[in-house]
Amino acid sequence: MTTDVGNGAAPGGSPEKTGTEKTGTVRKLDRVVIRFAGDSGDGMQLTGDRFTSEAAAFGNDLATLPNFPAEIRAPQGTLPGVSSFQLHFADYDILTPGDRPDVLVAMNPAALKANIGDLPRGGTLIVNTDEFTKRNLVKVGYDKDPLEDNSLEGYQVHKVAMATLTIGALENTGLGKKDAERAKNMFALGLLSWMYHRPTEGTERFLREKFAKKPDIAEANVLAFRAGWNYGETTESFAVTYEVAPAKLNRGTYRQITGNTALAYGVVAAGQQAKLPVVLGTYPITPASDILHELSKHKNFGITTLQAEDEIAGIGAALGASYGGALGITSTSGPGVALKSETIGLAVMTELPLVIIDVQRGGPSTGLPTKTEQADLLQAMFGRNGESPVPVIAPQSPADCFDAALDAVRIALKYRTPVLLLSDGAIANGSEPWLIPDVADLPDLSVEFATAPNGPDGEFWPYLRDPETLARPWAVPGTPGLQHRIGGLEKSDGTGNISYDPANHDKMVRLRQQKVDGIEVPDVVVDDPSGEARVLVVGWGSSYGPIGAAARRVRKLGLPVAHAHLRHLNPFPKNLGDVLARYDKVVVPEMNLGQLALLLRAKYLVDAISYTKVQGLPFKAEELQDVLADVIKGVSE
Amino acid sequence: MTAIDLGLPGLGGLDGVPTSDEPQKAKDYKSDQEVRWCPGCGDYVVLNAVQSFLPTLGLKRENIVFISGIGCSSRFPYYMNTYGMHSIHGRAPAIATGLAVARPDLSVWVVTGDGDALSIGGNHLIHTLRRNVNLKILLFNNRIYGLTKGQYSPTSEEGKVTKSTPYGSLDHPFNPVSLALGAEASFVGRAVDSDRAGLTEVLRQAAEHRGSALVEIYQNCPIFNDGAFDVLKDADEASRRIINVVDGQPIVFGGGEYAVVRDGFGLTVAKTADVEESDIVVHDASDLNLSFALSRLSTQDLQHTVTGVFRNVARATYDDAARAQVAEAQAAKPADLGALLRGKDTWTVA
Repeated sequence: MTTDVGNGAAPGGSPEKTGTEKTGTVRKLDRVVIRFAGDSGDGMQLTGDRFTSEAAAFGNDLATLPNFPAEIRAPQGTLPGVSSFQLHFADYDILTPGDRPDVLVAMNPAALKANIGDLPRGGTLIVNTDEFTKRNLVKVGYDKDPLEDNSLEGYQVHKVAMATLTIGALENTGLGKKDAERAKNMFALGLLSWMYHRPTEGTERFLREKFAKKPDIAEANVLAFRAGWNYGETTESFAVTYEVAPAKLNRGTYRQITGNTALAYGVVAAGQQAKLPVVLGTYPITPASDILHELSKHKNFGITTLQAEDEIAGIGAALGASYGGALGITSTSGPGVALKSETIGLAVMTELPLVIIDVQRGGPSTGLPTKTEQADLLQAMFGRNGESPVPVIAPQSPADCFDAALDAVRIALKYRTPVLLLSDGAIANGSEPWLIPDVADLPDLSVEFATAPNGPDGEFWPYLRDPETLARPWAVPGTPGLQHRIGGLEKSDGTGNISYDPANHDKMVRLRQQKVDGIEVPDVVVDDPSGEARVLVVGWGSSYGPIGAAARRVRKLGLPVAHAHLRHLNPFPKNLGDVLARYDKVVVPEMNLGQLALLLRAKYLVDAISYTKVQGLPFKAEELQDVLADVIKGVSE
Repeated sequence: MTAIDLGLPGLGGLDGVPTSDEPQKAKDYKSDQEVRWCPGCGDYVVLNAVQSFLPTLGLKRENIVFISGIGCSSRFPYYMNTYGMHSIHGRAPAIATGLAVARPDLSVWVVTGDGDALSIGGNHLIHTLRRNVNLKILLFNNRIYGLTKGQYSPTSEEGKVTKSTPYGSLDHPFNPVSLALGAEASFVGRAVDSDRAGLTEVLRQAAEHRGSALVEIYQNCPIFNDGAFDVLKDADEASRRIINVVDGQPIVFGGGEYAVVRDGFGLTVAKTADVEESDIVVHDASDLNLSFALSRLSTQDLQHTVTGVFRNVARATYDDAARAQVAEAQAAKPADLGALLRGKDTWTVA
């Protein structure tokens, strides 16, 4: 078995020895991957989230991968209704939520059936036996009860009647059976918390706060949580518990954060650093809605959130606000970008600052709303009529969304341009520890509005550009003497009046392109610890984790590989061409059919090897390891 | 979910917009751009009316913004020496909403047409009216697509023969005033392009109204739908057809010859001589049922056309409410970015 990085220890829950260890044994592990799986009404996301907070509070490094259906409540107990939450925690810096679970918690037959294929042989399986009724088994196509037919022989199976035990524990609370049974997810959390020596105070505090208005429910959940813990402690069915020591991360204060929250905080911070009010014009869409939810809480930072009648009105309001001198932001997913395209074009033409956040999901059309994909890159680059260049940037992890948002706003304000920020479902909902930045270290994004005429004879020329950035002046309504008209029609260079002149159009098309091409972006950094790599792997966005983990693995096998990850997709970093030319082979893994590879081939004439997968899930480090190893071996032969 | 009473005070439509001490003239509102509508286009008349009317408001010119969509009328902002944006088809109300929310010190006007507002932009129009954003929306209705050279529009009569409908159009038209009232508009008015005084009066009331004010302007397209409103421009015909309503006044027209009276749930026209004075309906711009009935009295064939202000009621505006929420949050809680980023659960690695 391979580990994410591997410092030699076997991963948790899959020990070589089985069943013979003394009760009370504590084993130390460097990393564990746990997957909680149940019905979408079972509260698996909350359970995973709480375990994550416990791991974070304990000081582990961690990464998470929620995976849930698009239906709010798919028919109960069915395969489409299965919701899961995978969490990877370790005593060192990890990059991914883990390829496969070491421990699978299955709350019903559907969850078992949907997830057992990912559990390696020897892995730990904890099942809630109460749901394994004949009816539920038939519902998911089990002819026989898998708990009885020896089909799970290769796993360490723990059968726990979680619902029964939970109802028993809540007997004296006066809660009805049905309500009591609903707390079984907290029983599971308690049991796992015991198994992995997790701190419990945080969860109890959280439950009391969450259900502050329903103290009986709060108490029931706390009781169920404790019952799960005590079950592990007092029954002897769990011989071994595990410890994962805190990770040795860089010094500083950390918190756990999801990509969508980090993006929202980045927008708040950008507004503060630019000293501008923020107007978010948006329309609810999975998986981007949490950005709206989060920003709507922070009006005290001068943030207005406008839930518009549709995607088009959302971006329209954002652009209107930018025209008025605010920082206009819109957030959406791929289908929303399609609807917003015409307005993005208007922002290109009117050269106003605007940030469009696209949290990508599986496409085309409605596609896979709750699953991840990176297939909007070419839409971001080219999905508009005419020559319509737009800067494109992509965060590489949940915490990185904060910096990416600040960077997107920097470019939008400095160059007066719409900017597309490409997040995706994996990092939007996934979480990791975030080294909280010092506010004093955040970049200054302040802007200057035009205040005086700039043209001949005291005229104001709205398209007279800054010679360095090629940005046009931002003259907001209300500024005396600078009255002017802008719009979607072609502008005369300088004056900004309507112009149908052929040579002027040619010039303006080239100027808009030149402005975007000239945007200052940092050089791409190559990670090649040995300095001997002849193969370069290039990625962008959320594949940073799996690619980075795969690179570590192949290096451990003695195969050198260089990794470059692109934050800036348009314009590319200035040194990218040189970097690509230094290697014998360039591999480009993407969760699409080769969109970055296409761009790299076109721009740099590099014979990039495109490795692609579109299954709605992140790459596994394991599979990328094989891909990279094959290419590296091919080069050295 | 709980509803929160926003409890906003009533304001005038122009409160918060800086005024100018310098006397203004119509020519101050003319830009240096050559006006390029077709000769005889009704848009000229409206442009002149607006340029003559705006000086009477005494606002600073730089605090007035015209935002338009696409279509002949949407060229309007280029000819105004104010701030302006000629945006994209149907989206002007959305863009103007963002601007109005961000800037309480601006008087924001939307210029649109029957295709722009009612077809491609129908969704934005109804939602803007529902939210009651402080915008003045001038809907130039010529019952035809002019800029694309003569296709029927959502206000064209059924069976209209145009380039795209050589066998006659199949669509049933909108009545824009009925539509606006159905969309919860707080102010709806109508005027005919050639009636400078009537148009100016509706514009004045619209400007003073705080909230969305929809003003439908019947406007002649001399190229693709010439004479669409001619029956309203012939003095003799007009006197029998145009019913101008004034809040608080009995609804009579045709030099007093005709009156509007109740007819079941609706209204009808009667000879004044045939009815009791007490049967004549007195216009009440705050009575939605009356406003709607008046809108239905106007028919596509212009047998009767109601002009003036149908509805004018005070209701909290979206932009005022949005700003109030932000101000309240700012007063209640300091903008401490460090505290936000730290959150509640942190741990420290030494």
